[in-house]
Amino acid sequence: MNTHDILNAIMAVDQALVAHEAEIESLDRAIGDGDHYINISRGSQVAVAMRDELAALSPDAALQKLAMKLLSTIGGASGPLVASFFMGMAKSIKEHNSNLADVAAAFAAGVEAIRARGKADLGEKTMLDVLIPVSRRFSELTAAGAEPRLIYTELKQVAEQGMLSTRDLVATKGRAAFLGERAIGHIDAGAKSSQVMVSAVCDLALQA
Amino acid sequence: MKKFINKVDDVLVESLSGFAMAHQDIVQLHLDPHFVVRANKASNKVALISGGGSGHEPLHAGFVGYGMLDAACPGHVFTSPSPDQMLAAAEAVDAGKGVLFIVKNYAGDVMNFEMAAEMLSVPNATVLTSDDVAVENSTWTTGRRGVAGTVIVEKVVGSLAETGADLAACKALGDKVNQRTGSMGVALTSCTVPAAGRATFDIGDNELEMGVGIHGEPGRRREAMRPADAIVADLVAAILHDLKPAAGAEVLLMVNGFAATPLMELYLLYHSAEKLLKAQGLIVSRSLVGNYTTALDMAGASITLCLLDDEIKQHWDSPVHTAGLRKGC
Repeated sequence: MNTHDILNAIMAVDQALVAHEAEIESLDRAIGDGDHYINISRGSQVAVAMRDELAALSPDAALQKLAMKLLSTIGGASGPLVASFFMGMAKSIKEHNSNLADVAAAFAAGVEAIRARGKADLGEKTMLDVLIPVSRRFSELTAAGAEPRLIYTELKQVAEQGMLSTRDLVATKGRAAFLGERAIGHIDAGAKSSQVMVSAVCDLALQA
Repeated sequence: MKKFINKVDDVLVESLSGFAMAHQDIVQLHLDPHFVVRANKASNKVALISGGGSGHEPLHAGFVGYGMLDAACPGHVFTSPSPDQMLAAAEAVDAGKGVLFIVKNYAGDVMNFEMAAEMLSVPNATVLTSDDVAVENSTWTTGRRGVAGTVIVEKVVGSLAETGADLAACKALGDKVNQRTGSMGVALTSCTVPAAGRATFDIGDNELEMGVGIHGEPGRRREAMRPADAIVADLVAAILHDLKPAAGAEVLLMVNGFAATPLMELYLLYHSAEKLLKAQGLIVSRSLVGNYTTALDMAGASITLCLLDDEIKQHWDSPVHTAGLRKGC
């Protein structure tokens, strides 16, 4: 993974979020407070605008710079979580010459940083219900030496399953937690946006 | 959506700028990052900083001034401010005795203030407010929400800080007031976030949302509209169930409007609540009625009770001079 790959992923994520605006917003209005899309898209727009600035940097410096910028522009709950993800990735990636297993390790470090900051875990009806299974499967598949095309295709499925799994969960973290059992039957908006982003990056890799 | 707006993206900065112009004797506004400080920086005291999503005005910037906050960090509408705001505010108002953050208990606010606290080099502490009794504190939640009782915490701790008390004493009093304060709200209509452009939730003409949060988050249940006395009885019962005051206890009764309910109705609610509390043998010796912790254009109100003691009374009664609350000076 080089800085060019990161910039391409940012573009793909931004376009995918725009394409799923209505869906993410309606999920958040049902059990959140309706601002998730606004915040996350503000972040992706800022990231896109930073392309030239980031292009000259090493991958870890680019990720760290992106993290600090997103922390100050997204705000809300998404800001610290997204920033922690990129800070976690930045710390991991600089210790490796990144082959696909290193990218999986960096992704896992990012997801772990989200888990620590949000004090949340699998099964709490959050973005982690997508990110943790994707991260685990990513590490398993790269460790097993799977073909990249197979990895990306499978990760898209894992993300989809994780997103759908939040429908039947009671939320115990985030604003939907205040709803108790009333949140059952609704997919979590953060899980949806995470699935959209994971899927967009996998599609990008599959096109390459 | 029908609102006074030029451009949706400019709502926050234009509103903050107007606030700063109108109250230039009390506050000063900094932009990029956004924070509001006192017009005259205080010295030799713990610096009190609060903040949170906008849309709850006058909370928090309206409580910057003598006797309350030293700085406030406004986020986007219903969205936590970010650590760069808190760090810039802390740098501006630190007077050598440390910084106390007063934070309403929401996941976003907690994480952003936590990151700021980790990055801040001066001694600091945090008081988390969690007065909303509508949703129980349990494994279901990240804890109770901080709502209108935050105003009481800011007033009382603000007064103590003016005396030169240290950081630990200010935090201890903040935690005590929070523990002795309970609130619950009811919505008659939804609010509309300007950037979203439509109502946050649907509610019928003959319905109310009991236990609503200050962002329009659902509360305990949706009910049919009832007479005010019956609504107040439910709110007060829920708060008393939580606070469990001793017989003859002295309380502060606050009736807070969510912005679109007229004062006429807020006083009607106050009348109902005070009668009820007296009938239950409580002494209502302090009061506050008005729009102090609002929810954009929501119609509705919350009731807050704070169990008083001599220390809290002393600091509630002391002079305060802010845009949103002024007495004794």
